[in-house]
Amino acid sequence: MADTATNPVSLKRAGNFLARQGILVAFVIFMVGFALANDRFLDMDNVLGVIRSSTILGVMALGVTFVVISGNLDLSVGSMMSFATIVVLDLHDKIGPELAIPLMFVMTMSLGALIGFLVGYLKLNSLIVTLGMLSAIHGLTLTYSGGKNIDIADKEGTWFSILGQGSALGIPIPILIFLGLAALLSILLTKMPFGRKVYAVGGNGTAATFSGIRRARTVFCCYLISSFCVATAGLIQASRSMGSQNTVGQGMELEVLAAIILGGASLMGGSGTVFKTVIGVLILGFIQNGLLLIGLEFYVQYIVTWIIIILAVWLDIAAKRGRLWSPIA
Amino acid sequence: MTERIPALRLENIVKTFPGVRALNGVSFEVMPGEVHALLGENGAGKSTLMKVLGGVHQPDEGRIYVEESPAVMTNPLEAKSQGVVFIHQELSLAEEMTAAENIYLGELPRKSFGRVDWPRLRADAGAILDRLNCGFGPDQIVGELSIAKQQMVEIARALTVDAKAVIFDEPTASLTDAEKEVLFDVIRDLRTQGVGIVYISHRMEEIFRISDRISVLRDGTYRGTLITEETDEEAVTKLMIGRSLDLSRHVPEGALGGVALEVQGLSCGHLFEDVSFKVHAGEVVGFYGLVGAGRTEIAETLFGLRSPSAGQILLNGEPVRIHSPVDAISHGISLVPESRKEQGLVLGMNCRDNMTLPQVDDLTAGPFVSEGAEIAVFDQYRDRLQIKTPSWRQQVKNLSGGNQQKIVIGKWLSMRPDVLIVDEPTRGVDVGSKSEIHNLIRELAGQGYAVIVISSEMPEVLHVSDRVVAMYHGRITRTFTAAEVNEDNLVQAISGLGGGQVA
Repeated sequence: MADTATNPVSLKRAGNFLARQGILVAFVIFMVGFALANDRFLDMDNVLGVIRSSTILGVMALGVTFVVISGNLDLSVGSMMSFATIVVLDLHDKIGPELAIPLMFVMTMSLGALIGFLVGYLKLNSLIVTLGMLSAIHGLTLTYSGGKNIDIADKEGTWFSILGQGSALGIPIPILIFLGLAALLSILLTKMPFGRKVYAVGGNGTAATFSGIRRARTVFCCYLISSFCVATAGLIQASRSMGSQNTVGQGMELEVLAAIILGGASLMGGSGTVFKTVIGVLILGFIQNGLLLIGLEFYVQYIVTWIIIILAVWLDIAAKRGRLWSPIA
Repeated sequence: MTERIPALRLENIVKTFPGVRALNGVSFEVMPGEVHALLGENGAGKSTLMKVLGGVHQPDEGRIYVEESPAVMTNPLEAKSQGVVFIHQELSLAEEMTAAENIYLGELPRKSFGRVDWPRLRADAGAILDRLNCGFGPDQIVGELSIAKQQMVEIARALTVDAKAVIFDEPTASLTDAEKEVLFDVIRDLRTQGVGIVYISHRMEEIFRISDRISVLRDGTYRGTLITEETDEEAVTKLMIGRSLDLSRHVPEGALGGVALEVQGLSCGHLFEDVSFKVHAGEVVGFYGLVGAGRTEIAETLFGLRSPSAGQILLNGEPVRIHSPVDAISHGISLVPESRKEQGLVLGMNCRDNMTLPQVDDLTAGPFVSEGAEIAVFDQYRDRLQIKTPSWRQQVKNLSGGNQQKIVIGKWLSMRPDVLIVDEPTRGVDVGSKSEIHNLIRELAGQGYAVIVISSEMPEVLHVSDRVVAMYHGRITRTFTAAEVNEDNLVQAISGLGGGQVA
């Protein structure tokens, strides 16, 4: 009797666990599959390479995670990253890296502040605002650079390249920046009052207001954090390449969102963590790398990535409502 | 003359929900060409009865007859096809479309290849609109119409079938006085055309103007039917609320403290005007009135969610300006809001985080939230309010309504306010938690809190209040002491019938 009663329950529990961790499970299956298909996949060099090439995306995704948890979107991060890269490269030769870096942060974060003001205080729809900013910032970058590529003239005579190319204790600096920032932001989100407010605002903005939380200020700060991360990503990008086109971050806003969704955050707001986003970034990186290693054309990746995201989102909502399809919600 | 048979008849309807007998053998009928009013307090079973009629719920026992032939309703569309149609309080119209399209939405007349038969659509819709004397044509864009006229479209939609009975559920809730007259004309026209009309409302005055008979429900039981011409408000009121109250009346004892909150001539546009009252420390003041009387809006203004257009708020004798909930909280005002799911709780958050949300900035150790301090607050109020949850980690969406409400109350109580405003403290809460919450409110007053209770349930207001403020149309019509107030004079004061008695 006891057996027949507990079996379905424990089966259901196992099912629930799989559904909840569906993305991690899929990740493991992918990893095993790729590892069997190509023995270079799990080489230390390859693994470090993937993590390293994911850092710029990862750093951006950390900031956007705050925006998404607060119940908003940020589609402007790709062109904002281009802006940051171009600005810091240009200023490097004009005023030197010591001044160029802080000035670039101020300029990039003013753009974040503007978005935060429009979405937080004026309560405009974040999709519209940041979609508009995507295009406006692109225009701003082109105006700033005159449409030309920007290169650092004396690539050997500056310490600037350390940030993107150096390493400490055998670990590449960009990875250290990524992990350090992830740790800091994770503490901010989970251990400090501000983080609690971000979850409350995204989970139920009205209830947050009724609880005396300054909703507009909270949203504003999320965009500020997002732009700080974008500036950091731009810095790494500039330092790694020492020269750049105006379109270096183009399309990254969607990859960032994809990583966050793969990590399991809800675009409705109120859920997600820094750790989950890091996992999402790594999943995306390893999948793209794996596809490349098994010999898939680079362009095909865009399509496969999209399919993976759709599957992830579907699995996610299916897990929430307990079945694969339902007529409502 | 042929023998008249009821347009709609309900016979001995029983409906039980887990733990509640919502309908206990209710019978009800409406004759063709009759306006039959259905009255009852909130929770008396009116809406359950209507849901049974509309096929949303299936009755456990009893039958429904349309023109004396048995009918089984499984959804509102089926009810409609059998001639039973509903006009709800909330309109559900596509505002960008024309009246004709709205009237036949989902059943547009078709020609070959599924093309819409526009001439027929216009002609049919036009005929119905004429029948209602609407004063606008089938091509009118609905969004450009007043609320009352939009309601006409809703009624027209109901008349696309051969309606035997039309049920109006609180139809005047959002109408102005002039618009009401238009609606009443339509109802009278329908009556002349031989349609049976069920009219559900709280408003005595309307019921006496429009109805032929009045039936009363109380606690899910049918209490009787009165012929409107032969009765008066008092008799109806008695039938409606003269229950054996398990809620004993509150008798004030002990001295009150000083005036904690004083409101002078407070107005907020047309939502409420020239409102003045005082609340003493240790006192519970109940606000009673119909939905839309302005009670919740006063609470929201005191809590900084609305800006007053005139008037003054004094706390402990000091005039204060409250521009936001942050201000209100810092002045020691707490608000347990009307809708706990929309305004009170972040449903996906755990119990502890919900409870400590307003003070998360203060429960810190250095820059970090102190989990220990949070858990201490949660444990204290879990024990005090007897909140039943396996752990503070439980997401509040998994708790029962009563326990959710206690989380919200605990959240605001833990702020140790001077003034506690509770809006609908027991809405959607089970009976056990209800009396616990009532006891708690009295207990808080005993400890010197100044408490404002807003409620649509008269027994609740009478049970917990030291004084009762009656509101009608955004104004305070009368303030009663617990000794003065009774069901009759309170119902009068909130229906605008009290006539110039201002305290």
